[in-house]
Amino acid sequence: MSILEVNNLAKRFGQTEVLKHISFSLEEGECLSIIGSSGSGKTTLLRCLNFLERADAGQIAVRDETLFDAKAPGAGIDSRDKRLHFGLVFQSFNLFPQYTALANVTLANCLLAKKRPDYKKHKKEILAKITENGKQLLDQVGLLSKMDLYPHQLSGGQQQRVAIARALAMKPDILCFDEPTSALDPELTGEVLKVIRSLADKKTTMVIVTHEMQFARDVSDKVLFMDEGLVVEYGTPAEVFEHPTNERTKQFLERYMAG
Amino acid sequence: MGFTDVTLRLLGGFETTCMIFVLTLLLALPAGLLISFGSMSSFAPLRVFVKTLVWIIRGVPLMLQIFIVFYVPGFIYGSPVFARFTAVIIAFAINYACYFSEIYRGGIESIAKGQYEAGQVLGLTKSQVFFKVILLQVIKRIIPPMANEIITLVKDTALARVIMVVEIIKVAEEMMSSHAIIWPLFYTGAFYLLFVGALTLLFGVAEKKLSYFKV
Repeated sequence: MSILEVNNLAKRFGQTEVLKHISFSLEEGECLSIIGSSGSGKTTLLRCLNFLERADAGQIAVRDETLFDAKAPGAGIDSRDKRLHFGLVFQSFNLFPQYTALANVTLANCLLAKKRPDYKKHKKEILAKITENGKQLLDQVGLLSKMDLYPHQLSGGQQQRVAIARALAMKPDILCFDEPTSALDPELTGEVLKVIRSLADKKTTMVIVTHEMQFARDVSDKVLFMDEGLVVEYGTPAEVFEHPTNERTKQFLERYMAG
Repeated sequence: MGFTDVTLRLLGGFETTCMIFVLTLLLALPAGLLISFGSMSSFAPLRVFVKTLVWIIRGVPLMLQIFIVFYVPGFIYGSPVFARFTAVIIAFAINYACYFSEIYRGGIESIAKGQYEAGQVLGLTKSQVFFKVILLQVIKRIIPPMANEIITLVKDTALARVIMVVEIIKVAEEMMSSHAIIWPLFYTGAFYLLFVGALTLLFGVAEKKLSYFKV
């Protein structure tokens, strides 16, 4: 059973068709890399999945549950529960500056816990558990010792690792990355890619929009090449990178490999 | 009249000055937030209404607004509706709320979109995003312009005397006519200076308190 089914997703901004009927599916535990040149619609696709943009057509289903159907009346994207199926790590980290690394990781869960019926009675235990979980996640990304620092006191790579821990804290079914290393100095990308690689090793279901071709090739189970809002090529890294069938894919890869 | 007598009488007027200041802030600080939400609303009629209101309030002298609040209801209902002091507070609160609203709007719109989106994808509700993530960043950003506006308010309170509310300058003016002395009028400046000095220190402390993070 696929964990994620995207069916005929389309999105336009004014006259520009950014996504033209995108369909693909993803199995549980798989890592999908989405590659393609700037403006090909990669980020918009990710934003539609995370309900930051509302697609004009198509459906999104997770574990056979339709989360979004453009045709459904009032296909709202305000439901919290729906959002939590997906996690998103942004290109620009977007950590909350006034909270420590640990508080960034635990904030959403602390707020969510307030809705639990037993919150008042067991407040201390619940919050202690959330904090414990937050520390574990920071440990997992190698930043337990930095938990009391504020975002501006961390390097870009460290901030992005906190952002990954923050996304993991919500236990999303599918964790999405929007060019997670594009805003980083080349020497800082390694530490972030290492963390993502370790998540792939743990069979975390992930969708990664990236320009790191070598990384996409090494880490992903599936690669999707997008061009002008269309899925041009979809397959295993070996298929897409070594035997691309489409002329556009070949051109793109040649340019990247040469560069 | 001796120095002590004058000081005591001026202090009496200064109490009124402080009351206008505090009450205006208490009302205008939250009201300004509501107005700023209105001016950013995606509901066009509300937005147009609020923007028009802000235009009028910022476009007409505060002194005239005080007269209007105090006298116009009287024309309509035949007798004064608001006490003098109440009229002053209403005029000041509306006027300052409009100025504050624009500072708030600037602050809110300066926060990166990514902050809202990060909150959204973590499942925070809109109000949680605003109150737990955005607000403190906005407060940090708007302290300098708010300090400016609030310091202006200290001195604008002197306008209350146009409808015979006896604040500190009015007291000095009364002494001028009853005792033929002018120096108490100049002496009032010291009260304002001290008050603004204390406020300036307070804003400095607030800025320092929020210096633990960067936006």
